[in-house]
Amino acid sequence: MLRLDKITKIFGGLTALTDVSLEVRKDSITGVIGPNGAGKTTLFNIVTGLYTQTSGDVYLGEKNISRFATESLAALGLVRTFQNVELFGKMTVLENVMVGLHTKSRSGIISCAFKLPGQIKEEKMIAEKARHWLEFTGLIADAPNSANNLPFGKGRILEIARTLAVEPQLILMDEPAAGLNSQETTQLAVLIRKIRESGITVVLVEHDMDLVMDICDSIIVLNLGKKLAAGTPREIQENKAVISAYLGDS
Amino acid sequence: MDNSRQLFQYILSGLSNGAIYALIGFGFAIIYNATGIINFAQGEFVMLGGMFTIFFLAFFHLPLLPAIILAILFSTIIGIAFERLAIRPLKNATPLSLVIITIGASILLRGIAMLVWGKDTHAVTAFSGNDPLYIAGATILPQHIWIFAITLLIIAANKIFFNYSIVGKAMRACAYNSQAASLVGINVKTMVLLSFVISSAIGSMAGIIIAPLTMTSFDVGIMLGLKGFCAVIIGGMSSGLGTIMGGLLLGLLESLGVGYISASYKDAIAFIILLLILFIRPEGLFRTKETERV
Amino acid sequence: MTKEKREILIFFIFTLAVLITPFFLQGSYFLNVLVFIGINTMLAVGLNLLLGYAGQISLGHAAFFGLGAYISGILTTRFGLDPWFALVIAAVANGALAFVIGFPILKLKGHYLAMATLGFGIIMFIIFNETVAVTGGPSGLSGIPNIQISSLIFDNDLRNYYLIWIITLLVMLFSINLSHSRIGRALRAIADSEVAARVLGVNARVLKVQIFTVSAVISAIAGSLYAHTMTFISPASFGFNFSIELVTMVIIGGLGSIYGSFLGAAILTILPEFLRVLRDFDIIVYGLLLIIMTMYMPGGLISGLTRIAEFIVGKIKSRGARHA
Repeated sequence: MLRLDKITKIFGGLTALTDVSLEVRKDSITGVIGPNGAGKTTLFNIVTGLYTQTSGDVYLGEKNISRFATESLAALGLVRTFQNVELFGKMTVLENVMVGLHTKSRSGIISCAFKLPGQIKEEKMIAEKARHWLEFTGLIADAPNSANNLPFGKGRILEIARTLAVEPQLILMDEPAAGLNSQETTQLAVLIRKIRESGITVVLVEHDMDLVMDICDSIIVLNLGKKLAAGTPREIQENKAVISAYLGDS
Repeated sequence: MDNSRQLFQYILSGLSNGAIYALIGFGFAIIYNATGIINFAQGEFVMLGGMFTIFFLAFFHLPLLPAIILAILFSTIIGIAFERLAIRPLKNATPLSLVIITIGASILLRGIAMLVWGKDTHAVTAFSGNDPLYIAGATILPQHIWIFAITLLIIAANKIFFNYSIVGKAMRACAYNSQAASLVGINVKTMVLLSFVISSAIGSMAGIIIAPLTMTSFDVGIMLGLKGFCAVIIGGMSSGLGTIMGGLLLGLLESLGVGYISASYKDAIAFIILLLILFIRPEGLFRTKETERV
Repeated sequence: MTKEKREILIFFIFTLAVLITPFFLQGSYFLNVLVFIGINTMLAVGLNLLLGYAGQISLGHAAFFGLGAYISGILTTRFGLDPWFALVIAAVANGALAFVIGFPILKLKGHYLAMATLGFGIIMFIIFNETVAVTGGPSGLSGIPNIQISSLIFDNDLRNYYLIWIITLLVMLFSINLSHSRIGRALRAIADSEVAARVLGVNARVLKVQIFTVSAVISAIAGSLYAHTMTFISPASFGFNFSIELVTMVIIGGLGSIYGSFLGAAILTILPEFLRVLRDFDIIVYGLLLIIMTMYMPGGLISGLTRIAEFIVGKIKSRGARHA
């Protein structure tokens, strides 16, 4: 599904990632873990086109997406969420999800401004689908509220709902459980499983080890910009290199 | 011979204007580096410097030096008031609202200056007369020498302050990472205020030393401010060599443009350069490109 | 009542009010002021698409207004073109210019964008002033013909009122429609978080340029109409101060609020009439308005007043409850 081939990223003189290769299987939940500064978010930023890697390639399926602009990835089914929740605060919860349907609609400025018949039909479709995703994520009761007034935990869910509206093949989640309480984290785990069951591959960067070990099929460990290990949760838990990296005596 | 003498005159006036632009640019850079704000009112402090000087000279018949000192003092007080009343109360302001507030302050100051001092153009007497000096067959006004000397002095003081004094170092720490700075006990709010103090003082100084050459009025701040901004953009938002080069380059191009192309498009030259730099090299001419971290 | 139905009703009432207002007015002075309010509303709404919806500032919008006016004025006076035809050319030319400069300009953000648009505005202002052979320079361009539909010439305030306001209403309707569409949402998303919008597939770069273009076209239409109603134009109307005035209108009314832009335009058109005693000192008032509004009423007058009203009503209610 997603394959990284020898990704290296250098900022100024600082090497953030060195020759990272990895593969994410279709329909899996893959966790990317590692101590702070390991390069996890940098990796996400490269995959989603926000950074350009110094060398190496990114493949989505068979397609080399190394040089694709961020905005063209959604149409290919690749989306992400952000570590510090990037909601459209001045819009309603429903509207936030409606933005996710941008690539599923076509009307241009002229047909929107003059409310041409095709645009009215499209608006209906957008609203219906957006409601569907709010129901899917359990946020439908909040639909007309301003996104700014949403409690933090629901904000995280809304960000996921918004990406689901793109109908992606692959979602990258950047620390989806950060700042959530244990009850919210449990609900998040349920939602992530539900997303996988609907045929969407999930990759997540996460510090909450219980969550990662619980829901991930496979785990990739980064340390100091290098891939340290990859395997099932059980394999990772028993991996000596990983244990020493986390305990800091490597 | 006549041609080369003329060229020398263009270069001289270009460099002296350029020095002024560089000083104004410093004002932008100091506030920007401390707060991330581009202070659109920067040019008004240049205007205030000149206008206050005239005010103290003409109204209170003070000698030049005390008039200048008072002018800088009063401009700086206005800078402090601006920071206290309009910048400090803001929390989580967006760049858009900061642009609007500093523009609001800019036209407010301009309006008040017009109300108080009227719309006339005033001249400040030159610091040490208008008798030109002759150097290698070319003439140079004493005021030019004042401009270069004071500019050099300010640049040197700036350098020493930011590199060697503890307060200057603290300000640089804030610019680099205000959160970390506050963790090590630096009072970030004070540093922000201080940046307004320094930049309004430098701005008003620039306005004072240029006033004898170009005359001054309530509305000189817009153009001078924008040209200072152009200088600091060329210099990559630094308060160092880049901005000095930027200012001098702009001054020279302007002066040569006026001399050899057309005087009517003098002001357009600065803005065309500004747009070109922003389009092609927004990080400035004298700075290596840095990768932005999100 | 659904939100959409309420919007339609409000627009209908507003339109009705605009259409019947002239019947209650005596003399051409008020009509004349209302014509200006119409033109300024058009400009403010156009700028609001960029500033309020997409969150991108322009401090050079007076240049598009001026370019529209000058293209229309020059084509009709020097080349004898029909005003309508000149208006269309002005709109297309402005749109093309905005589209071309939009790509490099809108790559810039925040303060840099503000400075670049300001620079553009000043360059255009210098061009209006200095190309004397074409524009007439600082002394202006006069003798611009009125707009004409067959034998109906728009040469008095009443006719101009209807001409300007019908087009202004169309621009308002257009902008309201846009706001509740995928384009409007995408623009507002860009304003809130450009990176998140891009991740969802919104092509922020192109969309910003498109709305910049639309905004410039609206300004050109306003400029052209201004030239043909005034029959005289000079650079002084299209300088930096007017760009700031336009931004003030949008801020006072509220970012993204179309009726707010009308309110802002109305206030800033009427204010100088009252401040006539102050003559040029009205800029002090604008400066204060900009600072105070941004600091204390960042949502603009309409939402600010609504909130104050709600607050007062709430106070009264809670007091009533306590007494009971």
